[in-house]
Amino acid sequence: MKTVMEGSHAVAEAVKLARVQVISAYPITPQTHIVERLSEYCADGTLDAKFLRVESEHSAMAALIGASSTGVRTFTATSSQGLALMHELLHWASGARLPIVMAEVNRAMAPGWNIWTDQTDSLSQRDTGWIQMYCEDGQEALDRTLQAFRLAETVNLPVMVILDAFFLSHTYEPVDVPEQEQVDEFLPPYNPRFYLDPDNPCAFNQLAPPDVYMEMRFSIQVAMEKAFDVLGAVHRDFGRIFGRHYDMVEAVECDDAEIVLVTSGTVTSTCREVIKKLRSRGKRVGLLKLSLFRPFPVGEIRRNLLKARKIAVIDRNCSFGAGGIFAQEVRSALFNVPNHPWVYGYVAGLGGRDVTPEVIEEIFRHVETLECPEDDSFWIGVREVENGIGSSR
Amino acid sequence: MLQFRFHGRGGQGTVVATILLAKAFFKAGYYVQSFPLFGVERRGAPVEAYLRVDRKKILIRTNLYDPDHIIILDPTLVSSVDVTRGLKKGGWILLNSSDHPTNGGTFSGYGIAIVDATRIALKHGLGTRTHPIVNTAILGAFPRVFDIPPLETIIEAIYEEVPVKVEKNVEAAKEAYESVKFYKTPMGKEAG
Repeated sequence: MKTVMEGSHAVAEAVKLARVQVISAYPITPQTHIVERLSEYCADGTLDAKFLRVESEHSAMAALIGASSTGVRTFTATSSQGLALMHELLHWASGARLPIVMAEVNRAMAPGWNIWTDQTDSLSQRDTGWIQMYCEDGQEALDRTLQAFRLAETVNLPVMVILDAFFLSHTYEPVDVPEQEQVDEFLPPYNPRFYLDPDNPCAFNQLAPPDVYMEMRFSIQVAMEKAFDVLGAVHRDFGRIFGRHYDMVEAVECDDAEIVLVTSGTVTSTCREVIKKLRSRGKRVGLLKLSLFRPFPVGEIRRNLLKARKIAVIDRNCSFGAGGIFAQEVRSALFNVPNHPWVYGYVAGLGGRDVTPEVIEEIFRHVETLECPEDDSFWIGVREVENGIGSSR
Repeated sequence: MLQFRFHGRGGQGTVVATILLAKAFFKAGYYVQSFPLFGVERRGAPVEAYLRVDRKKILIRTNLYDPDHIIILDPTLVSSVDVTRGLKKGGWILLNSSDHPTNGGTFSGYGIAIVDATRIALKHGLGTRTHPIVNTAILGAFPRVFDIPPLETIIEAIYEEVPVKVEKNVEAAKEAYESVKFYKTPMGKEAG
């Protein structure tokens, strides 16, 4: 049924429909509305799940690692500092091959204290072995959350479903909420291939010396690579049952484009509007939306970007000393292919600063005028700052 | 696309007003997008909330800077907040007030409609004298000023979403619809 719903509640609705069995969470803005709604569902019996209140995000993930090890479907949500506090256990969840699903509402890292959107929190967890999917709107947040459980439980890796603070988490818009029967068909009960039996306790995750550790890591890499095919199948099933079609990336007007803008999250939506406007002025411009970040869909990116002359990647994040993270990844995906296009990297919209159509048009004009990128990374809409280390005496 | 900005104070139901209105517009066949000012809220402090409505899918996902119309839930905000910031010329200001705004002159180029939402809310037992909950009364006045969405869809939204005193809220909305006064049109003419 189509209804007007907040982005956070769309995630909570998906978790309910997925019949999650254990939820553990610690509240943090702007994720709060997700677990708030779920705690209400658990309290009034709408959702038959155990809701574990814990003293920190570190404990929330630890509790889910324990629960998931016993072969039940698990969920949590967090943001920013909360995600950073989980860091150690994120490695544990993927290393132990546990299909935990987490909603991550992008929020800037402190200091300065800031509750607004910024992808640096989730991208800082790039190398933890979690699958990462970025959402554009409330519908995608609901749909990706459902897909995340299927994907996680098939490849035995945890999945992070990522949404922008406020521009998505606190925005009300029409969302099509599927019927329980449809979701049950798409997502049968979790059937773990291995699990711990609490009635028959055993020691687990003993010392893994050099002669086995590397194979354990290689199997994670293999599972990540396998995730492309699995996600493809998940997308096909999803489309068949719900009539909504997704892919790892989405190309808009890329076929004849000279310049392609690459986006993730809600900036994608605004960019669709800008592309229409620029096309109406005769500009040969396209858009590539990245939904999947880990595993990184190199094949899809090459297939869609190699025809263009210039690529402009918009990053709402920064790896200090290098640049925008999506730009780095896109550049390295294209580098080993002959005659690859130039890749321009733009850092914009940090800490919730708005990425308006004007900002996107400014980026487009910059790419259009600059024959080749003279820097690996450009900061957009930023005031001059001093030399960064204070004035010298 | 039409864009509305709501000005109120924390605790008056400003954000809820935009959500109810979004649902009402959606019932009437529109695409909608509503969101609060992204920040930290405190009771009594000025708050803002926004609503975009369109006949086609709304793609823009940015803050709202140039509303077509504004709605003011608390008359004291007029002297403390730059309420017409970015407001497009020719837009309407729907103001909760018992009387014509004394500084109506500063609203040149805009239409002004007033409704005594505070009186109506208190009459129907919504909130207290110091903290009247005026949002449903303002919503009742909304379709009278803007012709959309139909009052029935607003009433439907109230029935579905408001958890307490539903009938009182509906009555307040209906009374507000009937009691809107048009102070002047955007062209500056005295309105009937």
